[in-house]
Amino acid sequence: MAVITLTINDELVSGRSGQSLLEVIRDHDIPLPTLCHLEGLSERGGCRLCMVDTGRRVVAACVTEAAEGMVVRTDTTQLQAYRCMLLELMFAERNHVCAVCVMNGRCELQAVAARVGMDHVRYDYLVPDLPMDATHERFVMDHNRCILCTRCVRVCDEVEGAHTWDVSGRGLNSFITADLGTPWGFSQSCTSCGKCVQVCPTGALHDKGMSVAEMEKRHDFLGWILGGRNDNEWDW
Amino acid sequence: MNRQDLKEMAQKERQRQEGFRCRLLCCASTPCLAVGAGEVMDTLKQTAAEKGWAAAVEAVSTGCMGPCSRGPLVRVQQTGRPDVLYERVTPELAGDIVANHVKKNAPLEENNLPLDLPFFIKQRKIVLENSGLIDQESLAAYVAVGGYAALAKVLREMTPQEVCDEIAASGLRGRGGAGYPTGLKWQLVRKAPAGQKYVIANCDEGDPGAYMDRTLVESDPHRLLEAMAIAGYAVGANQGFIFVRGGYEGADKRLQQLERVIREAERHGLLGGRVLDSSFSFRIDIRLGAGAFVCGEETALMLSIMGRRAQPVPRPPYPAESGLWGRPTLINNVETFGNIVPIIRDGAANYAGIGTDKSKGTKVFAMTGRVNIAGLIEVPMGISLREIVHDIGGGIPQERPFKAIQTGGPSGGCIPAAHIDTVVDYEAMRGLGSMIGSGGLIVMDDQTCMVDLAKFFMAFCADESCGKCVPCRAGTVQLLRLLERITNGSGTARDLSLLEELCGLVKDTSLCGLGQAAPNPVLSTLRFFREEYEAHLFDGERRCPAGLCKMDQVPIIELKNVLPLQIQTREKVA
Repeated sequence: MAVITLTINDELVSGRSGQSLLEVIRDHDIPLPTLCHLEGLSERGGCRLCMVDTGRRVVAACVTEAAEGMVVRTDTTQLQAYRCMLLELMFAERNHVCAVCVMNGRCELQAVAARVGMDHVRYDYLVPDLPMDATHERFVMDHNRCILCTRCVRVCDEVEGAHTWDVSGRGLNSFITADLGTPWGFSQSCTSCGKCVQVCPTGALHDKGMSVAEMEKRHDFLGWILGGRNDNEWDW
Repeated sequence: MNRQDLKEMAQKERQRQEGFRCRLLCCASTPCLAVGAGEVMDTLKQTAAEKGWAAAVEAVSTGCMGPCSRGPLVRVQQTGRPDVLYERVTPELAGDIVANHVKKNAPLEENNLPLDLPFFIKQRKIVLENSGLIDQESLAAYVAVGGYAALAKVLREMTPQEVCDEIAASGLRGRGGAGYPTGLKWQLVRKAPAGQKYVIANCDEGDPGAYMDRTLVESDPHRLLEAMAIAGYAVGANQGFIFVRGGYEGADKRLQQLERVIREAERHGLLGGRVLDSSFSFRIDIRLGAGAFVCGEETALMLSIMGRRAQPVPRPPYPAESGLWGRPTLINNVETFGNIVPIIRDGAANYAGIGTDKSKGTKVFAMTGRVNIAGLIEVPMGISLREIVHDIGGGIPQERPFKAIQTGGPSGGCIPAAHIDTVVDYEAMRGLGSMIGSGGLIVMDDQTCMVDLAKFFMAFCADESCGKCVPCRAGTVQLLRLLERITNGSGTARDLSLLEELCGLVKDTSLCGLGQAAPNPVLSTLRFFREEYEAHLFDGERRCPAGLCKMDQVPIIELKNVLPLQIQTREKVA
């Protein structure tokens, strides 16, 4: 693939044609927060944290193709302010109480907020009345902690192939739903593989029996499975 | 059916129509039906039948005549005499109209709406040239006014490239709001690799109060079908979809009507296989949405047609490259299609002669609000807003002062009285922070509160947000809350600055046009009516200049002053 050269934060960097801006940025270890992006899953472009400034306009790096000669900034004051505001909106949208959460200390939402320096929320906390679904024998879905990143939807559809999770409702009433609105424990498509739990960035999806700050997640399995599929490693 | 058959059908229908001494055209478009046009139509028919005048008089159900706020409307055509238009027709009056015109050969004195009013003569009908003048459902009536001749010309005399060039030369730009050059879009789809391609007519029309596209489809449906077939020939598609918004009240009858019209065209060889005896085939099907404003966005619309969750996806790739089922797709607004037949028939140069340098042709507006005659109008680009409000609209009722005009619906902005001489032009209006949009036009007087208006549109956007991206999903809700505080008396200067800052975020970082344009009504009213926002503030004058908002709440920080005395003393006891 053709090599391309572009400028990021005043530095000339090289990439390959066909790469997204985010891939080039990550290849060069330039800091850029993301949440709905997960290596191995399709790009969504929904959280808008990875917005970068191309001079003419602001674009989401994960869904923008890197092109020869682009001049990109990831660190303008405007972008920093926007990232803070986006996180404030997320924290105010649902009920994120770190103090009682199984993912306290390992949560990606927490980590991103800390990294961009969001330490208070200036918008009204909406405090929606959201349920928990503990019907599954091994896992729990707490909608209060969900940020609608749809990593669970994508991993279940693209990697496991069951498509148990999808989104119902619209706008603020969007809701991660199993099958056609079934309690998770009664889902007919769920294979209990647990991939959704491992890729969920917050404490929304977690193992049963976890207490505060006890949940640990790893999503390196994505690399193994997808790499293996790609290279045709399995003949059974 | 071929060109010769078309000519014969046209002639036969014209002769049939001329055989009547008197034709009573009754507007049966939705706004008129809502005020009783159905009963009026029945009375016209019954009266003619009872008196034995069925051979001399024809009662015809037509589409929209324009002055919707004056409905029900009846237009009488008589041989050798000018047409007469009656407004606010009741069934009783309808009986009198028939009697007078047939027996006395003279119009009635009352309920006349003169056809030489500025409302009519300042308009320029191109898209709606047949609307209100022909039977809505009759193929013969459409053919009699030249229908399907443009399609015949295209199939026999022009190559697909030439058709695209003609549309490009006309300067036609997308009428859905974005104003993208139509000819260029057709070219892009035409140049896409050959194979299965699609044509989509976007009839989602989600703006509150907008009914231009609906009216065209109700009043002159064959015009849309003919244009889609021409487009299909031009880009190499053999399948078209008309995407209609779900959730229209009482739309079943209309959809059945559209279905009947399509099937009748097919039966006559004007659609379907071997159109007009040529080797070109084009099939049109209707697809219904489920009532979401976001389906007006083209990628969401296509997902909806494919039966999936309607959420926009980032572009590129654009539909011209990869649309329905990954195939090259041409998607245009219904009104854009409404311009195609006149361009082919009369030539691109003719069309380009109307309008301004960059905005050619005409625009259909749904003019509502504080005007003396509200309804559907079609004006040449380049006409001033002053002419629209004061001449066509007839001015503001009770001679109240004109305050502003809102265009572009929830994605648009307000143009204040100071700029009333602005002309209808894509760039001119964008320069003022508004846009032509899809055609919604709300005229406001001094009794309208601009902050309340911004709040109304923000509530709409927050409700219609698809939920995919954070700024639109959560941002519009927070913007709404801030606007609610400002309009209920508890807003502070800090809320105003938070409002402005959040508008910037939503506008710059939203994934699709819904979110990107949602702050426009707020930003536009802040630009021209900032003092009105400031007047509402708790730490300002705490009043609504228009006298509309109920200012009865206090900011939360002020609650300590209104807490009951009992709780305050408990602190001292402890």
